[in-house]
Amino acid sequence: MEKFTKLSGVAAPFTRINVDTDLIIPAEHLKTISRLGLGKHLFSYIRYNEDGSPKKEFILNQDRYKKSTILVTGKNFGCGSSREHAVWALSDFGIKCLIGSEFADIFYNNCFKNGILPIILDQSYIDKIVKKISFEKTSILNVNLEKQIITIAYDEFLKFKIDPYRKKCLLEGADDITLTLNKDSLISKFESNLKKKFPWLDR
Amino acid sequence: MSQNQSPKTLFDKIWNNHLVGNKDDDNQLLYIDLHLVHEVTSPQAFEGLRLLKRKVRQPQKTLAVPDHNVPTLNRDNIEDELSKIQLEMLEKNTKDFGIEFFPINDVRQGIVHIIGPEQGLTQPGMTIVCGDSHTSTHGAFGALAFGIGTSEVEHVLATQTLIQNPAKNMRINLEGNMPFGVTAKDLILGIIGKIGAAGGTGHVIEYSGAVIQNLSMEGRMTICNMSIEAGARAGLIAPDEITFNYIKNRPRAPKKNWDKAINFWKDLPSDKGAKYDKEKILKVDKLDPQVTWGTSPQDVVSIKGKVPDPNTESDINRKNGMEKSLEYMDLKPGTKLEDIKIDQVFIGSCTNSRIEDLRAAAKIVKGKSVKTKAMVVPGSGLVKQQAEKEGLDKIFKDAGFEWRDSGCSMCLAMNADKLKPGERCASTSNRNFEGRQGKGGRSHLMSPIMAAAAAVAGHLIDVRELI
Repeated sequence: MEKFTKLSGVAAPFTRINVDTDLIIPAEHLKTISRLGLGKHLFSYIRYNEDGSPKKEFILNQDRYKKSTILVTGKNFGCGSSREHAVWALSDFGIKCLIGSEFADIFYNNCFKNGILPIILDQSYIDKIVKKISFEKTSILNVNLEKQIITIAYDEFLKFKIDPYRKKCLLEGADDITLTLNKDSLISKFESNLKKKFPWLDR
Repeated sequence: MSQNQSPKTLFDKIWNNHLVGNKDDDNQLLYIDLHLVHEVTSPQAFEGLRLLKRKVRQPQKTLAVPDHNVPTLNRDNIEDELSKIQLEMLEKNTKDFGIEFFPINDVRQGIVHIIGPEQGLTQPGMTIVCGDSHTSTHGAFGALAFGIGTSEVEHVLATQTLIQNPAKNMRINLEGNMPFGVTAKDLILGIIGKIGAAGGTGHVIEYSGAVIQNLSMEGRMTICNMSIEAGARAGLIAPDEITFNYIKNRPRAPKKNWDKAINFWKDLPSDKGAKYDKEKILKVDKLDPQVTWGTSPQDVVSIKGKVPDPNTESDINRKNGMEKSLEYMDLKPGTKLEDIKIDQVFIGSCTNSRIEDLRAAAKIVKGKSVKTKAMVVPGSGLVKQQAEKEGLDKIFKDAGFEWRDSGCSMCLAMNADKLKPGERCASTSNRNFEGRQGKGGRSHLMSPIMAAAAAVAGHLIDVRELI
């Protein structure tokens, strides 16, 4: 997995509430057997016109936000389906960090597995950031994961919280499965106890 | 419970039983008893295993079935090339890695969350995962069951564990008596309307109370199924005699260890005095049949109600959200729900495609004719077989419904079953998201009997008027 340490990039405000993963990537684009190439389908139903041309009013189609690497989101972003394709599509588009007051659990989890940092802040801070990035001159945010801060101006910092294990994995670009396979003997021990304790589960 | 232990919830007990290694580790490992796999969220996981020459640790704790992409007509000849590749890939992957597979022409094939319980694989106290958010369905048996992403599917395949943080405990107590014409679907829609689409975020919701205790397993599954629509990680219901009777004698139910299993299951319900992080009470006596009007499952009102006015909403983000929903749904504030005309009716999905759902809907349509396009998609080949044995297929077909083969179908429109832009559907599925049932399609969620009534009337209608 790609490491996440620091990021300086354009942040786009997308404050709609309850953005579900069907909206992020509609089901018709899930007929793939690859993780790659989904960026062009990101938000496809609200991003393109019938003829395939970009909708001018959609935020990521606007010149100053086309190259956004940060998305500032509304409440309950990523709700609904567990499809990791939503995160793959965001990642393939170039989004590396999400900032919002509330993310749906499965989506939040999926972000960390793909090197995307989802930051949770109080809604009052989100409102403040949205105001700021709505001006072109101040649409760039700096995120430092090691220090857990977002810089929104020369002298203005916001501190964010993050689970220490998840932070470590992002900073190192660690592969979860390798780490868990290192605990093979613990898992085997658990399994032999399981057979004794719950014999009806032994398949 | 021994005396020196504090009272525990059902969730706490399952969690503690499945923790691998140290409780203080910063990455706790949870052991997984059953891993269900389907064709859409697994190919990348198997590819990951192949790349690093990894094996599936416990293939015998894994079961795969195609459901999302499968056609519900002419399934011997799959026309969609991409769907075909995905379906073939699942078959190949399960063969290569030694995983049991129910092929499309097997009578046991069906929606993954229908077949787990149907086969007796879903049992109390287990941990169950699947790359699908509606895995919460299995919580109806008192199993901790939740949806995961593809990276986690790969993690479970390789290690039979997941790295997890414990969820918080929430309890929703349902009190009173179920009114006439009100079903499990109305209960869960009512709950989501009350606590919101993020009301359960970070929590496992345990449903309790006399209303739940009196529900059949199928009704309980409908409730737990839509826990994810309230944002919850999982839904749970304490196992009882109704649960045990449902499981007994199913193909994969415990046989020689049945008595041991049942003794263990009886100790699973939450202890008296167990602490919950959140508790809610819902009185059901005055609940009407529920229908959604918007594009989030929380946008729900009584069938006797009206489309709400965004101007009455004080939260600006919520107001904007409502306006967007109404624009998409082409509805005006103040419109009576019963005045909304319907183009199509879909009875199916992991929420409502079991035999009791089909029986109840058939009762409403018997001897009548539909005024809309309408289809029934049974949850599994076995559900279909049973329905045909009871003559339900004939009732539906005589009324003008299409009678299809099993699969997810128009719940998410990955196969040919989808709404056309602008079409309005009365649906027994679980999500009314924009474009969920087809690009530009408009979905109203409701119970099977309410959807059946809408098909007969041609518009949304209080089913109680037809009974």
